Amino acid sequence: MNDQTPTSAQRAEALQGMGCRRKRVEDIRFVQGKGNYVDDIKLPGLLYGDIVRSPHGHARVKSIDTTKAAAVPGVVAVITAETLKTVNLAWMPTLAGDVQMVLADGKVLFQNQEVAFVIAESREAAADGVELVEVEYEALPVNTDPLKAMNEGAPVIREDIKDKKDGAHGPRKHYNHVFSWAAGDKARTDAAFAKADVTIKELIVYPRCHPCPLETCQCVASFDKIKGELTLWGTFQAPHVIRTVGSLISKIPEHKIHVIAPDIGGGFGNKVGAYSGYICAIVASIVTGRPVKWVEDRIENLSTTAFARDFHMETEIACTKDGKVLGLRCYTIADHGAFDACANATKWPAGLFSIVSGSYDFPTAYCLVDGVYTNKAPGGVAYRCSFRVTEAAYAIERAMDIMAQKLGMDPAEFRLKNLIRREQFPYTSAFGWQYDSGDYHTALNKAMETVDYKALRAEQQAKRDAFKRGETRELMGIGVAFFTEIVGAGPSRNCDILGIAMFDSAEIRIHPTGTGICRLGTKSQGQGHETTYAQIIASELGLPADNIMVEEGNTDTAPYGLGTYGSRSTPVSGAATAMACRKIKAKAQMIAAYMLEVHDDDLEWDVDRFRVKGNPERFKTMTELAWAAYHEVPPGMEPGLEAVNYYDPPNFTFPFGAYICVVDVDVDTGETKIRRFYALDDCGTRINPMIIEGQIHGGLTEAFGIAMGQEIHYDEDGNVTTASLMDYFLPTAVETPKWETDYTTTPSPHHPIGAKGIGESPNVGGVPCFSNAVNDAFAFLGATHLQMPHDAWRTWTAAEKLGLHA
Amino acid sequence: MPKSQISLTVNGKTVEALVEPRTLLIHFLREQLMLTGPHIGCETSHCGACTVDLDGKSVKSCTVFAVQASGADIRTIEGMAAADGSLHVLQEAFREMHGLQCGFCTPGMITRAYRLLQENPNPTEDDIRTGISGNLCRCTGYQNIVKAIQYAAAKMSGVPLQEAAE
Repeated sequence: MNDQTPTSAQRAEALQGMGCRRKRVEDIRFVQGKGNYVDDIKLPGLLYGDIVRSPHGHARVKSIDTTKAAAVPGVVAVITAETLKTVNLAWMPTLAGDVQMVLADGKVLFQNQEVAFVIAESREAAADGVELVEVEYEALPVNTDPLKAMNEGAPVIREDIKDKKDGAHGPRKHYNHVFSWAAGDKARTDAAFAKADVTIKELIVYPRCHPCPLETCQCVASFDKIKGELTLWGTFQAPHVIRTVGSLISKIPEHKIHVIAPDIGGGFGNKVGAYSGYICAIVASIVTGRPVKWVEDRIENLSTTAFARDFHMETEIACTKDGKVLGLRCYTIADHGAFDACANATKWPAGLFSIVSGSYDFPTAYCLVDGVYTNKAPGGVAYRCSFRVTEAAYAIERAMDIMAQKLGMDPAEFRLKNLIRREQFPYTSAFGWQYDSGDYHTALNKAMETVDYKALRAEQQAKRDAFKRGETRELMGIGVAFFTEIVGAGPSRNCDILGIAMFDSAEIRIHPTGTGICRLGTKSQGQGHETTYAQIIASELGLPADNIMVEEGNTDTAPYGLGTYGSRSTPVSGAATAMACRKIKAKAQMIAAYMLEVHDDDLEWDVDRFRVKGNPERFKTMTELAWAAYHEVPPGMEPGLEAVNYYDPPNFTFPFGAYICVVDVDVDTGETKIRRFYALDDCGTRINPMIIEGQIHGGLTEAFGIAMGQEIHYDEDGNVTTASLMDYFLPTAVETPKWETDYTTTPSPHHPIGAKGIGESPNVGGVPCFSNAVNDAFAFLGATHLQMPHDAWRTWTAAEKLGLHA
Repeated sequence: MPKSQISLTVNGKTVEALVEPRTLLIHFLREQLMLTGPHIGCETSHCGACTVDLDGKSVKSCTVFAVQASGADIRTIEGMAAADGSLHVLQEAFREMHGLQCGFCTPGMITRAYRLLQENPNPTEDDIRTGISGNLCRCTGYQNIVKAIQYAAAKMSGVPLQEAAE
């Protein structure tokens, strides 16, 4: 060594590994408009598909006449359910164990349901054809209210299963019933409520909303009749699942289906499912022998391809009079729309909703969820939240505030009194989940100190006094939320999709010159995987991140994986990446020992090299070892340097956070101004802080949209009234608050690099925090719970009901 | 349908083409000129993913007919980098400040930001937020987009901003 030799720290920094604010490699193409999204794909002979949709919320289809449409210049064919029946594809299985019409078969069950598929030489000709398909309907009674779905005499939504006593998840108690799912200990919880000093009960509604990524769902299907092979490009968050499901549905052998997810323009859960448009494009390509593109427009996106939430949660807490929680009960009606196409792990019809006991030390808890059919679009996907976790977090965080209010306690103090303590981890919740790690009190205390919570409450008191004296028409609200997520689905003992365990995978090949490629079963939709997976590899293998290419989305080249949703990429594929690296490193160590003529155990790792213990000047760098792996491996060793890992996580991970929001509400206009939003997140080990903060900004902005304005609303006649960007609130730069981010770091003990996942935390914590802030503004006037979204109209109405405009 | 002859300048090059009168400018750019940088997000002028620069104004090309653009001088994201391939300062700024995630809004956002800085070389944060309010982003929460535009504005006026993305 000499003065020119970089230190370990300098060498580590040069790698751009974990913990580094590495600039994103994806950006080079995106800032030049050179991303490659589905609609950018052009193929010779490409045809375009467009969909005829139902104007009715519920109607019998008397007849479909495609004659005029078929005669339009440029229209090649029109597909209806009758066409699909010839290939046994009029209905398709859903991820949730139900079946769903691909095109209307006998009746339509929700507005904008797919009725016919027009295939044409151009988008315009396809649209012309759609206009001329003549469908005769006979309107039927409509129900869009999930709370009335199981009433006697309610309209029968699903005639195909009207008399079926059992569904995919056990017995059905009504013809509009999908499933019942319970967790926890009912008897013990009832007993806790019976002897509690104080109880609260509130119907907390998380309205139907939609992830609304900027790019809609779309695909290009190309069937090669000679080879019998299907290539399907699409907006797929889970390409391998699409391949398997596609094979099961179409009977095309799985090895003859090539699914490719190119760049995806945001997903947020919208692009997990399999939709009618995909099936129709595939059939259209088989029928015509030409590639077929289907691109939905924004109205189709908002009104048909997957909704989120629509959970109606009657939530109860039992408590001692000095504020110690004793029990939690939650009865939920879940509106699944016309078909149960919910994207959950198959055994979990209500997802991971039993995280509803949240961050608190409940001795006992019980929840029951009833899924129902209504005349609304099917779906039930994540919206930047895994498997009903955001619904659960919303219920518990609102309910905790309501209980604090009843006890006359400060909501933050009430939480501090009941948060799970650091020494209790690993903590088994009342529902049986084992929370891996946490330090909740440190997080909440840090949040309260940073915003000077005490001073905020003092200011609020002064403003309330001024309001009572008539000196101001503004109310100040302080929202506190403490959330615990359950992500990284998931352990095979808990989770599968159609029988496939929810592992994920990474395959790494190191080339002779010390560069490499990593292929994974996940699929980025903006999360920056090409940047961050390379950082994990850089730290694990001591090769510069810039020398690692990350590739996802091609089912022919990537190892099998379950895809990206539910914040699972880092917890599952990130772990697979680290484990594959460790296999490579173990082999490299043997090669180094051979080259240095020492025993394996005489070597130690130092950032980017193996060196001889006690003699650091004798070393082999990983780049040298990569060359050696193809050049001079020890006798009997296979050449090459690559590994694949399929990672079945031993447990979920449990990210958490403490959020505080300050709002000012104008009682005369109902307008709410977000004065301040502080978010402290703990996602365990932090791979790229810049990307983490970007994820939090984005998630908080989506949470802001949901809490303050988003709703997919249906009127009584089944019309969806918020299906365009004119009516569905997407925040612009003007309304969006400035975000303050902060963190603590509590690594996951069971994850190879201690990481927990971050993408969805801000949505899970953000929505209750905004809602608590608005509710807090009115709490001193006796209001307990105002339903979301807290737009100006609803907030003004709340003020009106409280007599504030008198 | 009879086609109309149009002539326009796109990214500095003269283009002559035949289009149907109903062809939208965004479809003309993407399908006929193969300029797939501008994207389609809503087709109702709300999202701004299709934003291009037309005769010195930011225009949503999903609600302009190609025939209306005859005679116009258009710049798309593909025309932002210099002839030698070096990035425009705004392109560099968006990467530097983590002003993008999925990349779908980015071409429209950068094209809009370019015109904004032509109109107002020293915008305040409020000016920027108002100035890009016709362009929706679902990923970033705008905070780092604002920073990117501030960074570019500072750099274009010769005073580089030192603040990092957050």
